[in-house]
Amino acid sequence: MKLIYEKSVISRKGFKLPQPDVPRRGSIDSKYARRQAPCLPEVSELDVVRHYTNLSRMNFSVDNNFYPLGSCTMKYNPKFAEKIAGMEGFSDLHPLMPQLLGGGRLSQGALEVIYNTEKLLCEITGMEAFTMQPLAGAHGELTGIMLIAAYHKSKGRRRKHVIVPDSSHGTNPASAAIAGYDVVVVKTDKAGCMDMEKFKDALNEDTAAVMLTCPNTLGIFNTRIKEITDLAHSVDALVYYDGANLNAIMGKCRPGDIGFDVVHLNLHKTFATPHGGGGPGAGPVGVSESLVEFLPISRVMKRPAGALYLDYNNSKSIGYIAPFYGNFGVILKAYAYILFLGREGLIEASEYAVLNANYCLARLREYYDVSYDRRCMHECVLSAQRQAKKGVRALDIAKYLIDQGFHPPTIYFPLIVKEAMMIEPTETESKETLDEFIDAMIAAAGLAQADPQRLMDAPLTMPIKRLDETKAARDLDLCWKPDFIKTS
Amino acid sequence: MSYIPHTKKQTEQMLETIGASSIEELFSDIGPSLRPKSFNIPSGISESQIVCYMNELASKNTIDLKSFLGAGFYDHYIPAAVDALANRSEFYTAYTPYQPECSQGWLQAIYEYQTAICQLTGLDAANASLYDGGTAIYEAAMMAIRVTGRNKIIMDSGLNMIYRTMLYTYTSNLNIEFVETPVVHGQSCREEIYKHLDDKTAAVIVQNPNFFGAVDNHSDIVDKAHSFGALAIMSVYPVSLGLLQSPGEMGVDIATGEGQSLGIPLSFGGPYLGFMACKQSLVRKMPGRIVGATVDKDGKRGFVLTLQAREQHIRRERATSNICSNEALCALRASIYLSLLGKAGISELAKLNYDKAEYAKDCLGKIPGVQVKRSSPTFNEFTILINKNADVVVEKMIDKGFAPGFPLGRFYKGMNNYLLVAVTEKKTKNDIDQFAHALEKVL
Repeated sequence: MKLIYEKSVISRKGFKLPQPDVPRRGSIDSKYARRQAPCLPEVSELDVVRHYTNLSRMNFSVDNNFYPLGSCTMKYNPKFAEKIAGMEGFSDLHPLMPQLLGGGRLSQGALEVIYNTEKLLCEITGMEAFTMQPLAGAHGELTGIMLIAAYHKSKGRRRKHVIVPDSSHGTNPASAAIAGYDVVVVKTDKAGCMDMEKFKDALNEDTAAVMLTCPNTLGIFNTRIKEITDLAHSVDALVYYDGANLNAIMGKCRPGDIGFDVVHLNLHKTFATPHGGGGPGAGPVGVSESLVEFLPISRVMKRPAGALYLDYNNSKSIGYIAPFYGNFGVILKAYAYILFLGREGLIEASEYAVLNANYCLARLREYYDVSYDRRCMHECVLSAQRQAKKGVRALDIAKYLIDQGFHPPTIYFPLIVKEAMMIEPTETESKETLDEFIDAMIAAAGLAQADPQRLMDAPLTMPIKRLDETKAARDLDLCWKPDFIKTS
Repeated sequence: MSYIPHTKKQTEQMLETIGASSIEELFSDIGPSLRPKSFNIPSGISESQIVCYMNELASKNTIDLKSFLGAGFYDHYIPAAVDALANRSEFYTAYTPYQPECSQGWLQAIYEYQTAICQLTGLDAANASLYDGGTAIYEAAMMAIRVTGRNKIIMDSGLNMIYRTMLYTYTSNLNIEFVETPVVHGQSCREEIYKHLDDKTAAVIVQNPNFFGAVDNHSDIVDKAHSFGALAIMSVYPVSLGLLQSPGEMGVDIATGEGQSLGIPLSFGGPYLGFMACKQSLVRKMPGRIVGATVDKDGKRGFVLTLQAREQHIRRERATSNICSNEALCALRASIYLSLLGKAGISELAKLNYDKAEYAKDCLGKIPGVQVKRSSPTFNEFTILINKNADVVVEKMIDKGFAPGFPLGRFYKGMNNYLLVAVTEKKTKNDIDQFAHALEKVL
């Protein structure tokens, strides 16, 4: 499809501005004025509408397709939550309003959303307090690591490293590293959990924190988790809970109860806010009592009489990590979702998420290799190693699934499983959908033996075939350029 | 009902396939001692009850003040087509386009967004977006530190105070030296910046227009930074670039900014849009997702996420950033907005904002007790000095139905009588006249 820039026709317009009702001024002094106008498209409103409508149809989405995408929790995004986020009383509210003298009483509704959501997340996770500010999961991780650094600093020491298992999300070591820590990686044992002996070897007085996902990225709940948090605490290292997989355990286990000190949640995973093609999400961070005083500025607090206000007076805070109160529009949707599901609904969500994953695993285990052959939690990890002997890789199976109308599972992650295919069906998918997907996976396994080329040629039904990614990285072409730039 | 479609019979069939007697059996790894101490969440309520409750909460927020509040976040009109298109669920319920064949719509939209950002900033390459304008500055500073191998950052205090504070937070455990230089008569203080520029300096960070709304031409600072081997980073207000000299025209190396003004609702602080663009030579050091054009097996043009080897899911602790998302939906809104405005529209919009603010300056300047600061040109926001405490004036103006601006004393010492006033195209002449009238009465 042509770019919107390639549809441009000189002097065509797509928008009418208000007639100027104030005196026209001369232009700004030429010293400050732009010399060359930006080459934005010159198109009509209909051109724009058709263009983006057609682009939207060139995507898979949860509303069109099943997304068994491991560690991403692509559950159904309720429509009423979108309606709420679009209410003018929320969408038109300036973030600085409560910071004006007398403006706080004019933004009580928004502050209440933040305050109430924080309280609900505390109860769901067993944490003492939350900051709703982090703008994404990885942003939450960085915030959490900075809170941990502040904790150690307050004790007058500088710890050197953060421990992560080799099955961790890439963001864990990346977040620890950019916060200034060395990263120590501990291998996974034969049962699919962090190797306890190697963990004990790595843990010492230089350990600032241990970052864990629980259940981990293999979909396994570590039965020795309390032993890990206790061991960490024995050297006053803190334990970080990567909440990407919270959808497995709501109402079954709370990180706060089993010794986690810091938790980030991905509202766009567990709490059904849409992924938006890559964002925006939200990554609120919960902490245990000993870390509350370090939480970012500001915090929404309640006066005895009930009015909510923003508290900026916290000398021990790590400071500002975001300009305001987080991705408010996302928090709002998560709040609505939690109110809708309620206690029973949240528990049920985890129960059926785990049921669906185990069902996929049970039906697929004879067709694919399973590195850690046991029951799983909300996701399971298969391996295409058997198919690889015929030259078929996980990538080829993924591309075949696209032709069958399914978004592929997460592939090549976790890194410790060769030819990994990580399946997280979520609770909102029906048995019928799972069966169709499983049948397609079984068909792929059959084709790997009978007609591997068929998989290697896939996909054939999409607007394009497989792309030359090497060329993309070598001959960088990152934006359209007007002809006068191309020719000069 | 909680969006779970299973019938009782299906659940039983599935358990049988798994070989489990109950769902609870699937949770047997979570032993009794690991179970929740409490799970005190209210029972679920219906959609209609929630919508009703949310309407009630929304009505506790006042949005019908005549607002002259900006301070980096602006109330511009959002054309209906932006909502209609960005609210298509084929966009908003999609995942990150890691599988390019079934994500060409998103990938092309991001490529077009990157193009729009390059065009606006006058730079060569843009990423697929970052969280917001503040984290974008932080990422730019870290990028400059990586590129130069140096650890000193000079920043102009015309850079949004919140963004400066965020920089300190993020780098508190790193060995980075910051120098803040003053704003004098609205302009970046050359003398102070040059005094601190040396061969340890990784970057000079400026903002244009600065937090006080003042417009500058930073070309000389950029040249000077380059002469010391430092990079120049500029945070910009994208709508102003329809009128003002672009970062690229001033020779800036990395431009960032808050994209909220490009068709994204104020929404009490987010989600917003951090944008970043840079010179071609720095592309491979840029953080965040990047979309590139390539060809498929048949030679047909297509788009992919590229340079992924910089990112955390490949490089882990050696990644250029820990970021694992972009504000795609906000970037899409910006791209649609800019496509609707078009080449002529962005200039007209910028000029309209400029004209309205100039008119407001004239009106407010006539009020006894108000002094409009005119030492620098401004775009659509300007500073006034009033003869009373600005906080108090703000409170009185709110009672009269106006959000009159941002009291600068909140962020800057000794500026308790200063108010930062923003005027966008949404304000009519009549709004401005009434505002001036109300302010005169209050003072």
